[in-house]
Amino acid sequence: MATVGVVTFPGSNCDADLRYAVDHTEGLEAVAIWHKQTELPELDAVLLPGGFSYGDYLRCGAIAQFSPVMHEVVAFAKRGGPVLGICNGFQILTETGLLPGALIRNSGLKFLCQDVHLSVEGRPTPFTTDLTRDRSLRFPIAHMEGNFVADEDTLDRLEGEGQVIFRYEGGAPNGASRDIAGISNTSGNVVGLMPHPERVVEACVGGTDGVGVFTSLQRALS
Amino acid sequence: MITPEMVAEHGLSPEEYQVVLDTLGRTPTLPELGVFSVMWSEHCSYKSSRIHLAKLPTTGPRVLVGPGENAGVVDLGDGIAACFKMESHNHPSYIEPYQGAATGVGGILRDVFTMGARPMALMDSLRFGRWAHPKTRNLVHGVVAGIAGYGNCMGIPTIGGETRFHPSYDGNCLVNAFCCGIVDADRIFLGTAAGVGNPIFYVGSSTGRDGIHGATMASDTFEEGGEDNRPTVQVGDPFYEKLLLEACLELMEGDCIVGIQDMGAAGLTSSSVEMADRGGSGVRLDLDQVPMRAPDMTPYEILLSESQERMLLVIQEGKEEEVFRIFDKWDLTAARIGEVTDDGHWRCHWHGEEVAAIPVAKLTGSAPRYDRPQERPDWQDAVQVIPEIPEESDPARALLRLLASEDLCDKRWIWRQYDHQVGTDTAVGPGLDAALVRVKNTNKHLAFVADCNGRHVYLDPHTGTAGQVVEADRNLACVGAEAVGLTDCLNFGNPERPEIMWQFARSVEGMAEACRALDIPVVSGNVSLYNESDGVAILPTPGIAVVGLLEGPVPDISGCFPSAGLEVALLGDAPSHLGGSAYLAVIHGLERGLPPPVDYERERALHDRVRKLVRSGAVRCAHDLSDGGLSVALAELCMGGIGGRFTLPQGGSTTGVLFGEDHGRVLVAYNPAQREQVGGTRLGITGGDRLVIGPVDVAVDALIAAWQPTFSTWAG
Repeated sequence: MATVGVVTFPGSNCDADLRYAVDHTEGLEAVAIWHKQTELPELDAVLLPGGFSYGDYLRCGAIAQFSPVMHEVVAFAKRGGPVLGICNGFQILTETGLLPGALIRNSGLKFLCQDVHLSVEGRPTPFTTDLTRDRSLRFPIAHMEGNFVADEDTLDRLEGEGQVIFRYEGGAPNGASRDIAGISNTSGNVVGLMPHPERVVEACVGGTDGVGVFTSLQRALS
Repeated sequence: MITPEMVAEHGLSPEEYQVVLDTLGRTPTLPELGVFSVMWSEHCSYKSSRIHLAKLPTTGPRVLVGPGENAGVVDLGDGIAACFKMESHNHPSYIEPYQGAATGVGGILRDVFTMGARPMALMDSLRFGRWAHPKTRNLVHGVVAGIAGYGNCMGIPTIGGETRFHPSYDGNCLVNAFCCGIVDADRIFLGTAAGVGNPIFYVGSSTGRDGIHGATMASDTFEEGGEDNRPTVQVGDPFYEKLLLEACLELMEGDCIVGIQDMGAAGLTSSSVEMADRGGSGVRLDLDQVPMRAPDMTPYEILLSESQERMLLVIQEGKEEEVFRIFDKWDLTAARIGEVTDDGHWRCHWHGEEVAAIPVAKLTGSAPRYDRPQERPDWQDAVQVIPEIPEESDPARALLRLLASEDLCDKRWIWRQYDHQVGTDTAVGPGLDAALVRVKNTNKHLAFVADCNGRHVYLDPHTGTAGQVVEADRNLACVGAEAVGLTDCLNFGNPERPEIMWQFARSVEGMAEACRALDIPVVSGNVSLYNESDGVAILPTPGIAVVGLLEGPVPDISGCFPSAGLEVALLGDAPSHLGGSAYLAVIHGLERGLPPPVDYERERALHDRVRKLVRSGAVRCAHDLSDGGLSVALAELCMGGIGGRFTLPQGGSTTGVLFGEDHGRVLVAYNPAQREQVGGTRLGITGGDRLVIGPVDVAVDALIAAWQPTFSTWAG
């Protein structure tokens, strides 16, 4: 059984959903990690959930990066440990510098909660090997700041190095550069995305297109 | 020294002030005057409505907590219960739409988690003025953003609601927020102050000068310049409330809480008075111990502040450390500010000096109650008559106009701004007759519907309100659920006007009659009066939200025709009733006629039948006929892109059958193999890219083009 830490920051609100999705996956067990922890237990992966950490005050993820636990998460990622940030978690990863670019306010200036269609591309990562590339995946988004931006050189490099992992099909509803929905770091162990895979792991509530994210992780850890 | 002007400024009538003098046997202090003012305001005392509300059925085999607590609680079986309530935040939302709506959501969430329930779903019923009014667009933007800003941050899905527009709301919008939570049936917390010597704790945000006299403002009508009331609107902080929610629920896992109550309207005053009243005890508050965010606050200001995100707790003596431990963990403030006493008095101290001492029973028990005069309006007869209108000459065009009308067009622009999936339990979100939300680790789903057709209520308050209840129950049947309880939010004009009081009393009677007939208990609710501006009252708007229970799997139902080749049948007779219809209002500019009559026996039979068909999987769609009648209901089922060819059922005039809004009608779509089981009047088959209903023949694309972009184009 692989243990997966799910961090709870003050204001996280998808942490329970994420733990549920992890526990729903055979071979994975979720461990709740509190933002004040100064050391991590033995973990095989770390997930940063969606929500409004520290109320999104100042800037999404800007305060969370200074949480005591983030020091350990950064060290874990630099040792090659798998780290996934979803929505607010993605924003935190860009603020810490583990991922390039930034997520700014949606181009329509409104919160958007809707289904999107995604293509999976780029390099293999511990979170995406089980996801099909034969068809688009239907994931929900729910965010106000999901408009991914980076300078042109960075965008070119992300594309060239296969670090664009998820892309919106039919245009990004939030205005994201080059329709980018999710990226990885250069070594592929750190992934961030705006859509919510944990919301699509059961047919009775929205679909099962997100299951592959968690089974990929299980496979990578076994 | 209390002058008559000060009494008037506090919203107390001379007669009410005399009761204050008699109660105390002396002149009140200024803080005491403020306390009487808010506790006896319409908002807190229900002084005009209480005798009427007593007619509502509030008990039943499932009811665990009825009206009078922070929220009602209904047993769902297997040890769990649903805790829910709806509440208005109308006046603040008109003055400052974002914060007014946001704090409305914050308040209803606190009402629910105060009871020990974890919130699982939010809904909102909104009313705004006509689109052409210069204020409407900004109000819509602000209110929707405020609801989204608070609910999304809290991580509670907003899974449904409804929005309507009418000139009567031009100067007085309505924002009614609903919340439901899940609680263990044997772990319900109540707002009571018991146990002499038990400490009283204040937790959450510090107290500022915001919202002083909010409850009094909510008990007054608007005149020109009402925006100047801005300082009485509170400012919300959903991040802080999220922490407060988690800390309170964590504290509730232990056994240290005796009673807990949120500080809503009239803040520290009403929470402490109500807790002492319910506990049959007294309380002593040391106001100087209250955490304050502004310098030099006075006892008067501390007592009347409506700063948000605050709770009052009575803790078992000796368990204080547990409170500090958990609130420290969540980086929240907790302060001991007093204790429970046994002298039956509500006492406040300020640096050792007593500044208020009022017998609790007098404060609550001698609150005024009015049986205000009622009179049927002299215009009521006239509006119940429909002038002669010709048979509709272009029903296809009329259908398109209805689909593009303010009330009926697609409201996706609104609900797309609400996170309706967080929690990963939303089985059916916005867009169907009712929403369905799973209760994790059980075989249960809760169904939610909120509705009110103010035009029907205006034309006949009794029948119009009864009709809302049966329609809501029908909506629940369409997703396979059975009603377990109702909460209401009764929005009316100035109760001091006899015609408003007549509307109110008739409306409550209609609701009571329908709830008894359908066995739906009213477990909580809220009254909002004085919804007038410059002497013009809103349409009477007794909003209701009904909670339903579905046990077993979620039926495979769709809000649109899921495929071609399905048969469509009408359960119930052909419609014909045009009185109060959207057709008359939109096409002819007439708000006239009687609303459709209600037949409880037939409704019950129909709802049972629909529920069985939906649960058994015999039907793929079940859609209630309401605004716009048969033609609009069929058009809504085509919005997924698949049309159909249908004949008109035999009935009255073609116009009546297409656009009549009779109750007791449900459209179902099913595989032809199920025809015998489904029954009803077969209307036709789904398929193709046109919608044909008798004389109506329209491209589905045209329906979508009329319905879908209208709202977002207007709102921008």
